[in-house]
Amino acid sequence: MRLPIYMDNNATTPVDPRVLEAMLPYLQGRFGNAASRSHRFGWEAEEAVEQAREQVASVINASSKEIVWTSGATESNNIAIKGVAAMYRDQGNHIITQVTEHKAVIDPCKHLEQSGCQVTFLPVDKYGRVSVEQVREAMTDKTILVSLMHGNNEIGTLQPIREIGALCKERGVLFHTDASQTFGKVPIDVEAMGIDLLSCSGHKCYGPKGIGALYVRRKRPRVRCEPVLHGGGHERGMRSGTLNVPGIVGMGKAAELCRELMPTESKKVAALRDRLKDGLFGQLDEIFLNGHPTDRTPNNLNVSFLYVEGESLMMGFDDVAVSSGSACTSASLEPSYVLKALGVGDDLAHSSIRFSLGRFTTEEEVDYAVERVVTAVRRLREMSPLYEMAQEGIDLSKVQWAAH
Amino acid sequence: MSYSDKIIDHYTHPRNVGSFDKNDPKVGTGIVGAPECGDVMKLQIKCDATGRIVDAKFKTFGCGSAIASSSLATEWLKGKTVNEALQIKNTDIVKELALPPVKIHCSVLAEDAIRAAIADYKQKNHVDDAAESVSSAAAGA
Repeated sequence: MRLPIYMDNNATTPVDPRVLEAMLPYLQGRFGNAASRSHRFGWEAEEAVEQAREQVASVINASSKEIVWTSGATESNNIAIKGVAAMYRDQGNHIITQVTEHKAVIDPCKHLEQSGCQVTFLPVDKYGRVSVEQVREAMTDKTILVSLMHGNNEIGTLQPIREIGALCKERGVLFHTDASQTFGKVPIDVEAMGIDLLSCSGHKCYGPKGIGALYVRRKRPRVRCEPVLHGGGHERGMRSGTLNVPGIVGMGKAAELCRELMPTESKKVAALRDRLKDGLFGQLDEIFLNGHPTDRTPNNLNVSFLYVEGESLMMGFDDVAVSSGSACTSASLEPSYVLKALGVGDDLAHSSIRFSLGRFTTEEEVDYAVERVVTAVRRLREMSPLYEMAQEGIDLSKVQWAAH
Repeated sequence: MSYSDKIIDHYTHPRNVGSFDKNDPKVGTGIVGAPECGDVMKLQIKCDATGRIVDAKFKTFGCGSAIASSSLATEWLKGKTVNEALQIKNTDIVKELALPPVKIHCSVLAEDAIRAAIADYKQKNHVDDAAESVSSAAAGA
């Protein structure tokens, strides 16, 4: 076992060696511009790009013509949301999303609010889910777009997107989903799920960084987006800019591997995640699972360790790479807005750790992580005035804290 | 965030973790911060009959910097009179631990904890802020 151990696959995944191998020729001899129609260099680049388009499309049961290359899911989300808002301005100006979206959805929506759009940010239940009923009730005759993520990046909760997709179809409203955390990991079928636009990213599924895709439905209905980047008219005018051929080839290969491996990989990763969960919950009291107990991405475990602050806890097992919802790990000094939206108190948000496993996680690594985390939690609780007060029977919620 | 070796040392080997009996008249207790802000420090001093701090202990819920700041504070408090201890400034802690700018509030909290512990001690022992001498309540106990 090599240290440090990587358990932050929701942030980014390592590039699969098979992906790197596929990319290398396009970083060496095959450097052509896919838009060059006049010579072999361009043709072979274009051919590689089109093959990758097929590979990505087949993961979500789409046609390759419906895939637009972008720089990543942030850009895909921006094109989907701003592009639809601009293109369908005459039909309405109302967008429905939720409070636990990634900032790459929330911020474009907030930006649109400043230019006359109405945005409904739906609250979520204690597991981080919205219901079809909530979406239905929020719809008005001005609603043009519903944008709800498939799997949450912090807590792993899966949204009932199939039901929401069906509702959108019934009401003639476009449905966008940010599938950054689920593409290649959880089955997605844009037809069966009624998805009109879908964002995904290369570096969350063992491909390289700097490449992503946006699925844009071409039939029933034909969805159109105003571009965010204007220029040479690449990608059917939806996204100008010379194509990142090595990145595209890498994402295509990554998608193909995900499609092949998904049935076994998702089970394997979920079993490791459950082993991690059982190890922690078996040895520590006063710890809480954040997110949905069963409807969650297979690789995610988000846990709050009561009486212990997240950043100091991570320092206690610094050879296991994870992330925390604690304010101390962010520049904003605010704890995770996702956890707060679930009604998790600020104190528990500060105490949260996100473990996200992946293709290369092993049982040995999980067991090592359990041991390190348990030891660190116990040590820090011995050092925690809150733990001491709780042991004395003091109700911490009734204490008058000298807030600062 | 990359921390200084001194912060990591205090985090890994915190000095003076523990508690005194808060009802002991020789003990002053300061609890500052709030769980929802992500840090709570409990700092305690124990004084002799002359008002000199003979021992100090802490418990902290907070980030590595908060733990290091309070650990360092307990080291500095020992041997000082309570009025000397009031001279400890958060900036001294920032300098000693090389705290990064976003962690300066941890040192402020440690200074607040020192002041709160001393205030508690003085109140218990009816010490006038201006007076250096101490009429210990424990003398009659």
